[in-house]
Amino acid sequence: MSENAPSSDAPFDLDKLKQLVEMMENHDLTEIHLRRGDEQWRLRRGPREVIHAAPQYQPQPMAMAAPSPAANAPAAVAAPAAAPAETTGLIDIKSPTVGTFYAAPSPGEPAFVTVGSVVTPETIVCLIEAMKVFNQIPAEVSGTITAILVKSGDAIEFGQPLFRVKP
Amino acid sequence: MFQRILVANRGEIALRILRACREMGIETVAVCSEADRGADYLKLANEAICVGPAQASGSYLLIKNIISAAEIGNVQAIHPGYGFLSENEHFAEVCRSCNIDFIGPTAEAMGKLGDKVTAKEIARNARVNLVPGSDGLIASEEEALAIASKIGYPVLIKATAGGGGKGMRVARNDISLKAGLKQAAVEAEKAFNNAGVYLEKYIENPRHVEVQIIADLHGDVVHLWERDCSSQRRHQKLIEESPAPNLPQAVREEICQAAVRLIKTANYTNAGTVEFIVDKENQFYFIEVNARIQVEHPVTEMISGIDLIQQQIRVAAGEPLPWKQSEIPCNGSAIEVRINAEDPDNDFRGSPGRITKLRVPGGNGVRWDSHVHEGYVVGPYYDSMIGKLIVHKRSRAESIACMKRCLDEFVVEGIKTTIPLLKRIFSNAAFVEGRMDTTFIEQKLLAK
Repeated sequence: MSENAPSSDAPFDLDKLKQLVEMMENHDLTEIHLRRGDEQWRLRRGPREVIHAAPQYQPQPMAMAAPSPAANAPAAVAAPAAAPAETTGLIDIKSPTVGTFYAAPSPGEPAFVTVGSVVTPETIVCLIEAMKVFNQIPAEVSGTITAILVKSGDAIEFGQPLFRVKP
Repeated sequence: MFQRILVANRGEIALRILRACREMGIETVAVCSEADRGADYLKLANEAICVGPAQASGSYLLIKNIISAAEIGNVQAIHPGYGFLSENEHFAEVCRSCNIDFIGPTAEAMGKLGDKVTAKEIARNARVNLVPGSDGLIASEEEALAIASKIGYPVLIKATAGGGGKGMRVARNDISLKAGLKQAAVEAEKAFNNAGVYLEKYIENPRHVEVQIIADLHGDVVHLWERDCSSQRRHQKLIEESPAPNLPQAVREEICQAAVRLIKTANYTNAGTVEFIVDKENQFYFIEVNARIQVEHPVTEMISGIDLIQQQIRVAAGEPLPWKQSEIPCNGSAIEVRINAEDPDNDFRGSPGRITKLRVPGGNGVRWDSHVHEGYVVGPYYDSMIGKLIVHKRSRAESIACMKRCLDEFVVEGIKTTIPLLKRIFSNAAFVEGRMDTTFIEQKLLAK
């Protein structure tokens, strides 16, 4: 989580954020807290497993700033919302195949599930398209969706976490 | 030229292909199973996509997942390496139907040469010697005796439904032939539900000599000389070298030209290897074509100076071969040893584990093709080869001295390897004098 309170029209310093994130990664740090005047940065980094893309596949800084520079909400997350360490018992629905993720049965239709949806093992949670074949992906767990980790159009590899479920 | 290629393989050959592409400025997508996720060599690729679980049937062999990876990875071509899907006709067809170039021969060429009957026909049409035999099932004892008399003893009685060494027996005269035919038919009926048998001349203690060829998409075919791969254990190659030792120059030329004729007749394209067995009189007989790049290709790269993987990519991209046959040299002597994670003291049982220490030899004329490093965990899921050590010197004697020095320098701890066996072979008189045949390692060296 990163809390930053600059003046509302100062640009959010993404370069600095990138540097800090790299530094954390290179030195295996879990938390950085910087303060200067009323400007404050705190970055916290979760365990590696929470990163849903294999490092080589989609390199992205572990802390992602929200695009809006005027954000006064804690916009950046060092790890997707709930780091497993804090939330034992959450289960990831992982992709059983390789292809392209689609959240809804077809464009314009509502998504199969949203955050808060209750699922059973047979609930279809998404489509993964491969070679023009749209595979319906069942949840295979029971519980409530707490997070959607990918978006429509994303390229998905085998075993990639798609949804987080609270059983 | 392709902008992006998917490497549909793992380990040392995947690394080999990634390196070749990087040198050519071609982007790469590597695939991995869950067992290989995070492997160091994957870092050389622009992207690594996990395609399935450790079991190859769900990952490296799963065509739909490989093709999906190619689609989301946005590649124009796939290099299949060796093993896995490299000689799978269906895979080659699926690639083409998805508009992805398959870096290898066409499905049709694979099919023709993969079928024993059509392969033999192609060899006949190309005037390439086959192992003499009955040309079909034996209908009667009289027929068998007549054929044996024609081709000469010893002969091999083979079950038509057999394979992989099963259902074969040797007959050295009429009496053993008659007895053998009866027994073979009974056994074949029991084991394969098919009593059909045929005869072949039994070539005793043959040498395994194979010819590297490459053909472009414009009708040109060249050979890159021969390799001797007689040092085998249970039909697995341990050592390969080029040129074949003690083979008269005239025979070398003949066997290489025979390979080219066969490949031309088969309309085969891209890289491949034509396998022969050579008897004590230096007569050679066609066995089969391996329609892929092979493990031992580095040996040919050293003596010819040609990068075979890069050339495969160029051929697939439509480029003509850049050299005439006369411009392909065979310089010096190159020898490769395969180093396997196996325990020579325990029947070569696989020896998986973490490599806790690794010191690889180097120096003038030494090449190490391997994906492993200190700290690498050799898993139980795939073949046991951890790397290939290749030496190249001006003469075979110098190559042997270099390889002995390298094997002494080599340190691998944490797993067992076949290095001790290799050291024995390189000190063995028959090997040093170039008097190897395919029975040597099992019957002479290991039997001691």
